[in-house]
Amino acid sequence: MARTTDHLGRPLVAVTGIGIVTSLGVGKQDNWAALTSGRSGIHRITRFPVEHLNTKISGMVDFLPSSTKGASPLTFELAATAAEEAIGESGLSIDDFGGPLFLASPPVELDWRDRFDLYKVGKGETAAQRIAQAASELQTLEMFESAQFGSIADRLADKFGTRGLPITLSTACASGATAIQLGVEAIRRGECDRALSIGADGSATAEALIRFSLLSALSTNDNPEKASKPFSKDRDGFVLAEGSAALVLESLDAAIARGATIIGLVTGCGERADDFHRTRSKPDGSPAIAAVRAAIADAGLGETGIAYVNAHGTSTPENDKMEHLSLSTVFGERIRNIPVSSNKSMIGHTLSAAGAIEAAFSLLTMREGVIPPTINYDHPDPAIELDVVPNVKREADVATVLSNSFGFGGQNTCLVMAREPQ
Amino acid sequence: MSNRDVLITGIGLVSCLGEGPDAHWRALSDAAAAPRIDSERFAPYTIHPLPEIDWNLQIPKRGDQRQMELWQRLGTYTAGLALDDAGIRNDEALCASMDMVIAAGGGERDEAVDAGILEASLSRNDREILLNEKLTTDLRPTLFLAQLSNLLAGNISIVHKVTGSSRTFMGEEGAGIAAIETAAARIRSGQSEHILVGGAFETEHPDMLLGYELGAFLHRGAWQPLWQRQGADGGGLVSGSGGAFLVLESRDHAEKRGRKAYAKIDAIVSDRIKRRDGAFEAELERMAEKVQRPAAETLVLSGASGAHVATGAEHGLYDRDRALAPRAFATRTGHLKEAQFPFAVALAALAIHNGAAYPPFDPQAERPVDGAPESVLATTVGYHVFEGMALLGKA
Repeated sequence: MARTTDHLGRPLVAVTGIGIVTSLGVGKQDNWAALTSGRSGIHRITRFPVEHLNTKISGMVDFLPSSTKGASPLTFELAATAAEEAIGESGLSIDDFGGPLFLASPPVELDWRDRFDLYKVGKGETAAQRIAQAASELQTLEMFESAQFGSIADRLADKFGTRGLPITLSTACASGATAIQLGVEAIRRGECDRALSIGADGSATAEALIRFSLLSALSTNDNPEKASKPFSKDRDGFVLAEGSAALVLESLDAAIARGATIIGLVTGCGERADDFHRTRSKPDGSPAIAAVRAAIADAGLGETGIAYVNAHGTSTPENDKMEHLSLSTVFGERIRNIPVSSNKSMIGHTLSAAGAIEAAFSLLTMREGVIPPTINYDHPDPAIELDVVPNVKREADVATVLSNSFGFGGQNTCLVMAREPQ
Repeated sequence: MSNRDVLITGIGLVSCLGEGPDAHWRALSDAAAAPRIDSERFAPYTIHPLPEIDWNLQIPKRGDQRQMELWQRLGTYTAGLALDDAGIRNDEALCASMDMVIAAGGGERDEAVDAGILEASLSRNDREILLNEKLTTDLRPTLFLAQLSNLLAGNISIVHKVTGSSRTFMGEEGAGIAAIETAAARIRSGQSEHILVGGAFETEHPDMLLGYELGAFLHRGAWQPLWQRQGADGGGLVSGSGGAFLVLESRDHAEKRGRKAYAKIDAIVSDRIKRRDGAFEAELERMAEKVQRPAAETLVLSGASGAHVATGAEHGLYDRDRALAPRAFATRTGHLKEAQFPFAVALAALAIHNGAAYPPFDPQAERPVDGAPESVLATTVGYHVFEGMALLGKA
């Protein structure tokens, strides 16, 4: 009989279903094949014109029916597609899931196309009056719902039959990890036997690109496949991307009782907010360090307990430097011998979805015994001495993974996952 | 009584009625007060505007103030009031270990930039290129951060040094409901000892009204008390600016630092009622049972928005269950969206703390309640989706 509680006597949390969509494709199989062969999903932007823009590449998901319909419809479709795959794998009911929903998704705004259309037909003196006048005469709720923060989760809850009030959350680039953390905590509290955690982001609009660009956060490299180069000396920013991942979380007890296949466990969650600056980390890295330590401690492990780090690795000068500082502080000299790779080198930065997608890839890493590489690692940053699994995948027996997520607004969330109970 | 009881040990409030728990108790106890509204600025819509605020009192650095637009400033300010009230503000150790769950929407766009783009769109047929051209040159780089939902929490971390954890929930009223429910569950289960929870809504920007009006939810024409807007022009909702933050603490933690509490949160229930199934009222009734309110006459701090369908269903609940005596505070403050449920819970806690019910906010629709309330119910039925109720009792 396997142990089903952790070092603190809490229910262990198993993952019994995973779904993934990235610019590399739909589904675990296609994504994993591409990721482990070192293929990049970054491509030239075709969704809108790129005149006047400094960045002309991205990891947008351009192959779904909603890809051209705006951020809200695409985010919903990304979330629903990943959830379908995850619930399907878990063997649970596809329309009566029976546990809570935690959705990490981007903040919504009325699409510019809708603003233009309303303005054109509206009456009034100011732009605001014209738009409001036209809005009040709309005959459907479609536009309204596209600009409501709770709508995507509400529709997902309908579709999959999740229980109760769905939680939509944002912790910026850590959102996906937070969605998983909230699911784990709910199961640990005994509120539910299962939870559906999703990270989805289809918000790569022209305005989003411009906003990040104005903060000098994006790579201006014009060679799509080569632009995202985490931990390289010549890295120059992240590549904006879209995607989604869904995880079915279950108490290990419940999963075993119904004979489910256990993909892996989420054994530790740690977080710490940074009070230094809105976009920069505290120079000593103490909040990220504290988050890593908290996750490892929550999992009941010591610093020797982590076999692989799925890095946040955004390819910005600041993040990669600070992430190295945090990891080398926590793991000391041993960090040279722990493989640390960044999925973002291939899929770009999927923002609200990143933490969930990278947790999903972390679980596949353990299950398949293969570590995806960090591609575009041609000019190592001498200040960052890490084994980044350069350019080519590596077969390895990985029993535990630390997955890092750091975001604007001082968000630091780390997850520890394990192949099986320790 | 348990060490894990969830106590409210700090309250921060801002609305058109003023700031702080005492100002709100006084203003709401004045049954004859005229509504504080502005029907001109955003005509044909009426709003409840912010009071005069000296931001320096809670956000001392001008540089910090400049990084935020009004919504984030309001939230950060209100959070500071709650921390002050709980005796936690400027206590470095307590702030550093404090958790945070914020209910947030989005921040304000640059109205002038948007208007310029829209105006230019009339004489051009290359909208997408126009957007690239104008946004690239006209947007302030830092404005993005003032719009990001999680940057209210980010600013609270920076200004008040709350850094134990930071989570932002989105989803209109549901965000505020889930934030308090999650915070209370964390304390009850021992996952947290003290949490800052709440939200703010700043309605004085056309986009914030547009969010409602895309669904035709806003009341128009002459202002009326909330329960009397059925059948009037528009959708029944009058929006307000305001914020509500609570410091929730385990009994153990509060006692160890010698803090008195306003009230105890006994139960919280939340739901996503399928309103189109025709079972709306019955489901609300079921929620009111599930929260285990006492059978005796119970004061209800209702977060009703005025939106016709939702407010009609909630009114139906009070019509059938005469033991429930509602006070729809949006009559006095306007609807505060993400902050609505935290505001309802805060006002409920003040009634317990002050040992008295509020007078009716609308004497035509609400009846007086005598005596000191033992339990008070706080409700929020979202104008479009999501519902929550909390039962509060003496600490």
